[in-house]
Amino acid sequence: MKLINKSHVAKKMPARLAVNTICKGLFFLATLVGLLVLAILFYRIFTQGIGSLNGDFLQNFASRKPEEAGIKAALIGSIWLMVVVAPVSLLLGVGTAIYLEEYARKNWITTFIKVNISNLAGVPSIVFGLLGLTVFVRALALDRSILAAGLTMSLLVLPVIIVAAQEAIRAVPRDLREASFGMGATKWQTILKVVLPAAIPGILTGGILALSRAIGETAPLVVVGIPMFIAFLPQSFMDTFTVLPMQIYNWTSRPQEEFQQVAAAGIIVLLILLIFMNSIAVIIRNKFQKRY
Amino acid sequence: MELRKTEMYSVQEMILEKKRKKKVNMEKIIPKLLFLTAAISVFTTIGIILTLIFETFIFFDRVSIVEFFTEAKWLPFASTPSFGIMPLIVGTLKITVIAAVVAVPVGLATAIFLSEYASEKTRRIIKPILEVLAGIPTIVYGFFALTFVTPVLRDLFPSLDMFNALSPGIVVGIMIMPMIASLSEDALVSVPKSIREGAYALGATKLETTIKVVLPAAISGIMASIVLALSRAIGETMIVSVAGGSTPNMSMDVTSSIQTMTAYIVQVSSGDAGYGTTIYYSIYAVGMTLFVFTLIMNLLAQFISRKFREEY
Repeated sequence: MKLINKSHVAKKMPARLAVNTICKGLFFLATLVGLLVLAILFYRIFTQGIGSLNGDFLQNFASRKPEEAGIKAALIGSIWLMVVVAPVSLLLGVGTAIYLEEYARKNWITTFIKVNISNLAGVPSIVFGLLGLTVFVRALALDRSILAAGLTMSLLVLPVIIVAAQEAIRAVPRDLREASFGMGATKWQTILKVVLPAAIPGILTGGILALSRAIGETAPLVVVGIPMFIAFLPQSFMDTFTVLPMQIYNWTSRPQEEFQQVAAAGIIVLLILLIFMNSIAVIIRNKFQKRY
Repeated sequence: MELRKTEMYSVQEMILEKKRKKKVNMEKIIPKLLFLTAAISVFTTIGIILTLIFETFIFFDRVSIVEFFTEAKWLPFASTPSFGIMPLIVGTLKITVIAAVVAVPVGLATAIFLSEYASEKTRRIIKPILEVLAGIPTIVYGFFALTFVTPVLRDLFPSLDMFNALSPGIVVGIMIMPMIASLSEDALVSVPKSIREGAYALGATKLETTIKVVLPAAISGIMASIVLALSRAIGETMIVSVAGGSTPNMSMDVTSSIQTMTAYIVQVSSGDAGYGTTIYYSIYAVGMTLFVFTLIMNLLAQFISRKFREEY
């Protein structure tokens, strides 16, 4: 008894192989869609914005006339924002990660904190804006200051930093800890002098990626009430300010064609800042990350 | 006693001595401090929920909850305002469906190509590019939708309005595509090689193996990635604010101006609705609805990946 009808299989084989090849081509084309969009996006923004991008653009304040509009206040404002977000989010994020990885017992509180963090990561950024508006701007009366915006952003990027720091701490092998305990170090000494130095490249990489998210985020700041048109530089953390994405949003939503070119120039500045930060993250990752 | 200290100073005693000397015991304080930082994330969630609940209650004091869910008109700025959230939900769902139509096939095909067909070298080029695509600020995507995608679409369909659902929907799709591609690829890669080889041994082609063996084995991860990405699309703000317009309506037409829940919150926040007005409180009611939508989807994603996971 023949189990397989060979001629039947042979007859169907070319068609099956053809479908396989066609689908492989389709999958490849789909992959190209992403690359193509990215290329068009960069090309469009570069050609639209390069004309307005010059020394004056970086040194001028916002203006009602497109040819005089500049990005100074927004660029400096973004840096002020980072000065708040970086220490606050790193301190809270790394602290949480150390607690979860090194101290937390397996109980319902720990499980609850972990589930909470993963759900917090999925909350839309605009909802964080509502939290910031109610708690920082109104209840704590910080008004529309750098501090209020910075704290709101810190909470927004917190889950990203926690997860990155957790992974970095988990990647430090047990042997290092055991060796440190063997030398008579206490748990905190071990964490501070052995685990953290070994995990710092991973933590910094995650931290920079989280910061670059904070720099590009617009929605929560709109809700917090950060103004879009400002012609002075902030002097302290309690001053009001504006940031790059807000300034770009303001220019984009104006009807005049000229302002779209100014917006594109602003986007180039924002993207350069992001590329700069991401390359630092890549350099740290490649240069300092040890493989155990 | 003086004599003993100099003569018999063992290491053990040194340690005991040092322990006694310490006034503050770091080993006991530090875990508590760290627990406090961990509690901040819990307080954030509680803060979000309490904020939304309190302000939404004030809103429902002024506008009936029945009107909010059943009225088919959202006209907060009219002289006789009407607060029925359905048009905003319809606008949000229109964007989400268009985004899904773009992102699910492209993202899934990209994931399959990267995990099943591409060489290691190709993967190493394409994956960072997808990461860049995922890292672009949404305001940049909004600008792209308004100044490039909308004009191109209007050349193809002249009846398209300047502000419409189609263009931001497509761009939101592009924005969430890398997320589907990357998470689905992780799910596909984690299917063990032995299962694929079993299929090849039975004479299946690569495509047949992928469709009939690998995809079903990875389905929980893939479904979870799609649900997560769509939850992101629902909460997406800047693209729809810039390119979607501000006309809440119930029609299924994608060529005319719409408003999503997020875009409404932005419209009110960037305008000058005074603190304490009904319009001011309405953004919390809308935010609450948005929060519940995304929370349900995130929990669904977690449920899918836990419940239907195939363990190997």
